[in-house]
Order: sequence, then C-alpha cells, then structure tokens
Amino acid sequence: MLDNLPFEIEKRQNPTGLAVITVSFLALLGAFLVASIIFWAYGANPIKAYQVLFSGAFGGVYEISETVRRATPLLLAGIGLVIAFRAKFWNIGAEGQLLLGAIAATWVALFSPIPDPFVIPAMFFFGFLAGAAWGLIPAFLKSKLGINDVITTLMLNYVAINLVLFLVQGPWKGDEQWGFPYTNEFSPAAKLPTIGTTNVHWITLVIGVLAAVVIYYLINRTTPGFEIKVLGSSPAAGRFAGMSYVKTTLFVMFVSGGMAGMAGVGEVAGIHHMLRNPNELSLGYGYTAIIVAWLARKNPLAVIVTSLFFGAIFAGGDAIKVSLGLPFQITDVFNGLILFFLIGSELLMSYKINWSGSK
Amino acid sequence: MTDENNPLIQFDSVVKRFPGVVANDGVTFTVDKGSIHSLLGENGAGKTTLMNILYGLYQQEEGTIHLRGEEFKIDSPTKAIELGIGMVHQHFKLVENHTVAENIAMGLSSASTIRPTKDIERKLVELAGQYGLEVDPEAKIWQLSAGEKQRVEILRALYRGAEILILDEPTSVLTPGETDRLFTVLEDMRSEGRTIIFITHKLDEVMEISDVVTVLREGKVVDTVETASTDKSELSRKMVGREVLFDLEKSDRERGPKILEVEKLNAKNDKRVQAINDLSFSVHEGEILGIAGVAGNGQRELAEVLTGLRESTSGKVLIDGEDVTNTSPRNISDKNVAHIPEDRMKQGIVGDLNLKDNVILKSYRSTPFSKGILINSSLVDEHARKIIDEFDIKVPGPDTPANLLSGGNIQRLILGREVSSNPNLIIASHPTYGLDVAAAEQIRQLLLEQRDSGVGVLLISENLTEVTSISDRVAVLFEGKIMGVVESGELEREELGLLMAGTPLEELEEREEPVQE
Repeated sequence: MLDNLPFEIEKRQNPTGLAVITVSFLALLGAFLVASIIFWAYGANPIKAYQVLFSGAFGGVYEISETVRRATPLLLAGIGLVIAFRAKFWNIGAEGQLLLGAIAATWVALFSPIPDPFVIPAMFFFGFLAGAAWGLIPAFLKSKLGINDVITTLMLNYVAINLVLFLVQGPWKGDEQWGFPYTNEFSPAAKLPTIGTTNVHWITLVIGVLAAVVIYYLINRTTPGFEIKVLGSSPAAGRFAGMSYVKTTLFVMFVSGGMAGMAGVGEVAGIHHMLRNPNELSLGYGYTAIIVAWLARKNPLAVIVTSLFFGAIFAGGDAIKVSLGLPFQITDVFNGLILFFLIGSELLMSYKINWSGSK
Repeated sequence: MTDENNPLIQFDSVVKRFPGVVANDGVTFTVDKGSIHSLLGENGAGKTTLMNILYGLYQQEEGTIHLRGEEFKIDSPTKAIELGIGMVHQHFKLVENHTVAENIAMGLSSASTIRPTKDIERKLVELAGQYGLEVDPEAKIWQLSAGEKQRVEILRALYRGAEILILDEPTSVLTPGETDRLFTVLEDMRSEGRTIIFITHKLDEVMEISDVVTVLREGKVVDTVETASTDKSELSRKMVGREVLFDLEKSDRERGPKILEVEKLNAKNDKRVQAINDLSFSVHEGEILGIAGVAGNGQRELAEVLTGLRESTSGKVLIDGEDVTNTSPRNISDKNVAHIPEDRMKQGIVGDLNLKDNVILKSYRSTPFSKGILINSSLVDEHARKIIDEFDIKVPGPDTPANLLSGGNIQRLILGREVSSNPNLIIASHPTYGLDVAAAEQIRQLLLEQRDSGVGVLLISENLTEVTSISDRVAVLFEGKIMGVVESGELEREELGLLMAGTPLEELEEREEPVQE
C-alpha cells in the first residue's frame, strides 16, 4: 500500500536526544500554525499577534518578571507531575492538590497560633502535607482497589474547587472584605517577599528549582527512584523483583500532590495574600502543568525550561488580550493545541523517515 | 494457470529487512504440491518472516514469489486466503470469549449477516469428522486446551478452502499424544493433495513428518534436501553451522541436604480453580529436579507460590528449613532464591530500562550497589559490564535498553543477574522456551554448572528432552498433581509421555512390558 510513497518509514530502536528535541519543536510549530488560523478568524493578523505575544512575555524587565511569576506554580506542580507520570500514575489532579495547599497556607496565615517568624515555613510545610493528602486519596484508591486514577484525580479537582468556594463564601469569609467572597488579607508575616516591585516571589521559585534538581537525583540515583522507574515501565517485573506497587504509588503521589500543594502556597502567600475564588487563584496552573511535564518528556530538569515557556504564553496571553482585544481564553486554546500536537508527535519519535526509500 | 511441471510455490531471492537486521536474505527454494515441507532453523533464522510474506502480512523488498507459476504479490491475508493459503500462527489468533463456530465465521465472506454461524456448525462437524479434528462448535475458546485451539485454527483454514497450510511451530503446545494425532491429520491432508509448510526448530519432527526440508540460517537458505536422504546430525550442523552436543556433560555428584521442601501444597489459578493439588516434593543442594508436564497443568502456579507471587490455600514451603509460606517475594529472594520467570519479557526484565538498571533489578537495595537510598552508579556500571562479559551477552553496551536484545541474550542477562547473587536455590521456569539450539544449550550448561557448585535447581519445562537430559530426578505434573517422581533415565520417553497425559506411575509399573509405540 505504501509502495508508491517517495520515502520509507522505519522504526527507530531508541529515540535520540536530537530526535526528541526536533519532534517537540515541530509539534510546537504545528500548534502555532493552527493557532494562527484562530487569530486570523478573529480578524487579527497572526504575525502581529505573535509579536504581541512575544513582547508581552519577554519585551522588558516587567514582562519577563510576569513570565517568571506565571512559571513558578507551573514549575512546582510540573515537577510533581513528572514523578507521577514516571510511575505511570496519571495525575490529572494537580489543580485540586494546588488548591488544598492554598487552603492549608491560608489556615496557617489566618487561623493558626504559629508565631510570626515561623509562619512562612509552616505555610509551605502544611501546604505540602495538604496537597500530598489530596494526592494520596487517588493513590490509595488505585493501588489498593484498582480504581482508575484519571477519573479520581480529575474529580477531586471539583471537590477541591467547591471546598475553596465553601470556605470563602462561608466560614472563612473575611469581615474586612465588604461582602466579597475573600478571606481577610494575610498579615505581613505571611506574605512572601518579592523581587523589587515585581510579583516574583523568589522563595517559591528557589524551592521549585531546588526541587527539580532533587527530584532528578531521586529518580536517577536512588532506590526509591529506581522502584518508580521499574514499576512505571513494568509492574510485573517490579512485583517479581519484590517491589511494592502500593508503597511506591503512595510515595509518588505524596510527593506529586505535595509539590502541587506548595505551588498553591506560593500563589496565596506571594500573589493574592488571601484565599479567594478558585479561578482567580489559579489560572488552571494544575492543568497546564500536565503539558509542562509532557513537553519536558518527564525530565525534572527540563521542567525548568518548559514551565518558563508556558509562563510566557500566560504572560503573552495577557498582552494579546489588552492590545488586540482577544479573549484571554486564547491561552487555553494555545495550551490545548500544544498538548494535542505533543501527544500526536509521540509516535513520530519512535519512527524515522528515509527519503531515499524509493527504489 | 496451474502447470503440472511448475513447482507450487517458488521463492526467488526474497529479501526482507527489519531495522538492524536482514530477516530474509535472498531466499530461494521451491515447494512441491502435495508435500509436507519443513522450514527448519534457529530462532531468528527468518522462518516466520518468510511465511508471513507468503501469508500477506509482510511484503518482500526484493525478489519474487511464484504461486502456481504466476508471480505473486499480495498485501493482505484476505488475498492469501482467496488464493488458498492458510496459516496457523504460533500464538493463536482466536477470540477467547467467542465460540468455535463464531471464530470460524469471523471474517468469512460467505457467512450470512444475520446468524452468521447458522450453516457453519453443521459443516464444521462434517469437516472435523473427516479429519479427526473433533471439537465442540459451541464451546467458547477459553474453555479449550491449547491442542483444541490449534484444531480450531486448522479447521478455520480448511473451512476457507486452504490448499496450502502453514503451521508455525505447531507442536510447541502439544502433548506427545496430541502431536501424533496432529501428524496423522497432516498426513491425511497430504494424501488429498494439500500442501503443508511446517515451521519448526525440532529435528525429530522434521525427520518424522516431512518429505522435504529447507534449512534457514541467519535469513539465508543453507540447503533444501529430501528428508529421506539426510539425518538429524547433518541437519543440526546445517542449522547451527556446527555440531551440537546433544548429551551434556553431567558429572556424578553427591546431593546435599534439602534446600527446598514442599508439603501438601495447594493453590488456585487466576480463575479461582484448584491449580495445584497436595503437592509434596523436595529439592536438594547440588541436584536438578525437573518438573515435566504439558503447560497449563499447574506449573505457573507452582512457580508463583514458591517465589511468593501467589498465595497458597494450604500447605507449606520451606527453604533451607525455614517456613516461607505466603511471605513476600522479597523475603523469599532474600533467602538466596533465584528465579528465572516464565515470561522473560514481562517479568524477567524491564524492557524500557537499560542493562545497568536490569542487572540490579533485585539487588538494588543491598550493598554494595546502594548505601542508604543512594545507588552507586559506577559500581552498577562495572557489574553490568562484568555480566555482559561473563555471560556473553551480545549488546553494544550497558546503556542499551533491554528490549533491544534477542531472546537468548535476554535469558543470559536474567541468568547472569540471578546467578551473580550466589543463590542456594534456582527456580527456573521454561528457561529455554523459544530459544535457538545454541542458546538453549548454553543455558542448560549454565544450570548444570550451578548444580555442580552445590546449588539446588528446580527446573520447570515442557521440553521433555531438556528435562531428562539435565535433571537428576524428574517429577511429572498433570492437572496439578505429581504423577510420579523418578530418577532421570529410569523411564523411557514414551512412558514419561504417558505420565504427562495423566497415567499414574503405579499403573505404569503394573504393566509387565514396557510400553511399545
């Protein structure tokens, strides 16, 4: 059937690093091309739109700082997802785990008796635990009862969203907020310092970069990481080697949920200084982090780069909204297209095309 | 047009490449109508690839095939079936939850849209009677034994009017009795003028059943000869390119104390049906106890219970005198028990990971490979290189993913890993299944070396020749029970075959004369 094509498709034994980068780049290009059609349909010149997007993300110190600020939660949550995806645990629930971290941090800031100097460390600590606990629920359900992880992690996001809504409209509604559904503003001791006048809360950023390095070593150089790799590739071989699927799954989701939880801490303590409506708190960072982890090809160090890339799309999306009058949801369209092309391109990495194929 | 002077099938310089290998390299030979033609060769010699080309699953890149004198190039099995070619694959292509008749109706153009099995059942019974291939048309496939499934596959091919029937390693799933029956069926088909192409790597079968044999090695035809004018040792020389030692050196050795004791062990299979039934036996240090039997008689469940992968319902397993019944795989492995699993691709290795990761699959938690949670990667690298070297694993290096290795290399990797942990007991499930002659011989040699150094070996295998040639004692398993434990060499092959088919040892001993064929 393929006899008449001027090339042959050959299965690659092992995708090279160059192939991975080339294919990923082509996937991004494909997504941008399709997005151009959407810009055009809105009556905007695609080239102009990309110029605005680029300058909105990198055009100056402020723009770059906005990119970094958006990249920060993506970095933390993305690293957590890398470790989950390595174990083939499809954690679609980073959004919910992030919100739980935000709730825990708010509790520390507003309702706990923790003395001022310890408030920020306590926010990260309890934020991690809350996100981890939220992650352990689907981990337990999958490893013990065989319940589908995609469904449970996804559904728990809605539970978390409604939990936040309940808190900000009910028991935690702030008496200083003129009836708006916000908690009271945090005291200065619970606000993360930022770099200069920007919104970059550098403590969260540093935690993210350190976590990338630590998780990289965890996966590649330690016994728990070895178990994650083995069980992620072949549960049967892992069982045969005496590894515990249950323990490893729980560990993976403890870390994965915890990382997303810390991303939530950063958002409330660094940006909003209060708990508020979930879609103002997180611009779908937990979902975008899935694409961040995927584009990084499940390499924790690469997440540093890919989170910046998506941070740029968020920051540039803001600029497009302002200067071209396009809806901000255009960023969601972008993200969706990129994921679509990335997953579609997975197959290409394991094949190569020989143009000399015609005989 | 059929020309009586033309051969039925003519392969002329057929070439088929896969990434990194030439599977068929200029294959040229002819197959005559009404003959049983064996394709003999080691694993990876290109037998199945060549037949998949004939069956339309692959297309050759160079060369031609003539069928009944006409050039032949097809791109789907549907067309092959139209041309009267049928193929029974090594791994059956049947829908487990459907009935026999439904499986035969599947893809059959003459089947009616409504109630497709209407006429089939009747014709099927007729056809089955004609060839002695009895099978219940209403039985679901999963209820059938491997031998019965094979009959369904053959019936399906016959039903579609196959004039040329390709059988890929058909006897690997059969008992000796079933094999004999199959051969009778094949002979009947030949006498009707049908042509059979028989893929195998077993020399006995070639000699017994075929008229002509084509020997393939590394994708090339070594020779095509009439079976009557050759013998086994000549064929084996052609197949592997050198003489194969059929009798392995086995030194006499005093056996040591019991290393494994099994007492009244019972366990169920995945369908919660009793799979092993009151099993009691022991393995001593420095001996090989062979478990013979047709697959599916409790071997898998036994190996899984012994290695902690399956819970027993009652009974005891003692290793080195210590009760390890229903403890974890890790606990048992820590008692210096090595396990060569049945499914080497799924259980034995992690295909996506490289050799370094695979050699520490079980020892990653212990010194010297790790301290605390940190893995010493340079030591792991060194260890991997040592195993590659000592066990002659053909691989570019320790960073190569394990799934790029061939079957024999994977098995040597597993054996190397397991043996390097200095075990007291090795549980080997079908260690040479699917390996070529040279690789299988090497694995057997390695097991014998372990025995000689005082390790107890439990060898579970369907290959009767293997079990009898390297075991010190042989236990025959049938429907989860041990039919008898005998010293190796005490019984003839045929007698073991009877045990494998369910005759208890006592009954066999009551017969005055040895069983005649």
